[in-house]
Amino acid sequence: MTAGGTPPLLGNRTLNLTTFIVVSVIKTVLALFVLLTAVAYTVWLERKVVGHIQNRWGPTRVGPFGLLQPLADGVKFLFKEDLTPPHVYKPLYIAAPMIAVAFALTSIAVIPVGNSITIGHLVIPLQITDVNIGLLIILGVTSLGVYGVALAGWSSNSKYSLLGGLRASAQMISYEISLGLSLVGVLMLTGSFSLRDIVNAQSGTFWGFIPRWNIFYGGQFIAFFIYLMSAYAETNRIPFDLPEAETELVAGYHTEYSAMKFAMFFMAEYANMITVAAVASLLFLGGWHGPVFGPPLLRALLPVLWFVLRIFGFLFVYIWVRGTLPRFRYDQLMAFGWKFLLPLAIANLMITALVVALRA
Amino acid sequence: MTHLIIFLFFGGLCVAGAVNLLVQRHPINSALSLVVVMGSLAVEYLLLGAEFVAAVQVIVYAGAIMVLFVFVIMLLNAGEEERTKGSRVAMLFGIPGMLVGSVLVGWVLIERTGTQTVSAGALPGAPRTIGWLLFHNFLLPFEVTSILVLIAIMGAVVLASHPDSDQGKKES
Repeated sequence: MTAGGTPPLLGNRTLNLTTFIVVSVIKTVLALFVLLTAVAYTVWLERKVVGHIQNRWGPTRVGPFGLLQPLADGVKFLFKEDLTPPHVYKPLYIAAPMIAVAFALTSIAVIPVGNSITIGHLVIPLQITDVNIGLLIILGVTSLGVYGVALAGWSSNSKYSLLGGLRASAQMISYEISLGLSLVGVLMLTGSFSLRDIVNAQSGTFWGFIPRWNIFYGGQFIAFFIYLMSAYAETNRIPFDLPEAETELVAGYHTEYSAMKFAMFFMAEYANMITVAAVASLLFLGGWHGPVFGPPLLRALLPVLWFVLRIFGFLFVYIWVRGTLPRFRYDQLMAFGWKFLLPLAIANLMITALVVALRA
Repeated sequence: MTHLIIFLFFGGLCVAGAVNLLVQRHPINSALSLVVVMGSLAVEYLLLGAEFVAAVQVIVYAGAIMVLFVFVIMLLNAGEEERTKGSRVAMLFGIPGMLVGSVLVGWVLIERTGTQTVSAGALPGAPRTIGWLLFHNFLLPFEVTSILVLIAIMGAVVLASHPDSDQGKKES
């Protein structure tokens, strides 16, 4: 097994079909396994970190440092009684958590985690599929994720759920605009929708020591923070977790859900967090670029480590914010999104366009 | 071969979704069927090599417009529609008329184009090409459309605001 810096990638079409299918299936299974494990351990991390922020221990009983807690939780969710309230609209009530979790897990398909590894004559990119509209696919899939939440709220036939679902869909549609606009600056600088191209464009340094990441470049610093704030709203996290505001809505759109169906919403939320963190790392923080050294295998796997570390950093900030900030009021949330973030995103877009035009 | 299988599968899904849209009695089910139709159309565009159009189809139609549809249905809390017998004229002439019409359209399309097929990716479909075309060859129509959308937005704002009540003042 050898690996190069950026070897000429064999396009999927030049592989023969059987090899392509086998490789894709292996990669998909592996990616899903890693993602689901990461989701479980993000929950553990959140409980642990928030615990320490609030001066308590978090989970400690199951395994060392409570590390087996996610397994115990999983078993608990599987064996709990799955209540279905009598007034729900059943087909959609059952479908909603599945929709939420399916769309949350789909985006992983286009996220590259590193360069590529070579086995024999086969060059395998560390990505399930490299499409040249990768970013658009992620945006499309996340925009479909609204259905899970909205339908859960509606089909539960309870006022808290309905209000939560309505809030969630309004909030997600509103912040999707600033989220999309904040990414356009990076796209203009790179000139490609392919996530791999965007990362490759960020290799190298300025003046020998500042890494050539988009966040340091062309005013994308502002775009990064617009993205960060919109992403918090998109994933319904504190300080924008109005859809499930406990003090007003019991639990929002998943009030009527129990057992595994409830856990699926949880999984969807954390998977979305990981996707958002991955996109932020790829677009603004140079993806998997970092010091690479050692034997070939290490050379292939170190970039993956750098990428995972970035994602971990984002998740930690997510949790940190959750442990620190109070919740917004709903009108504040809407005013912030439409009257502050959106104009700022547009202004940033204009300036970036000007910079790109002047350099051309 | 794989293309054909995928095409037939999603084509079938598209038609099934469209039929389901008409058959379902609950508005929210109809709306969701429409989402299925749009999703399968996006896959068909992807098969043609029109990646950008496919992505926009999902983002704009399935992700934004249909969400608003579902949103409105949820807000209005629209119940199941009542089934009426319908007019006999529609049953007698509508269904045969629709069949004849679709056969006619299909026939004309086949006559005009022959049996030529376009291989995937042969026509421009990449975001770069579409952007170039939009801002060079079709700049005027593009800008005029954007003004049209702006007017529609302003109209919506005017319709939604209540100048008489003091609700608008409180917010600012």
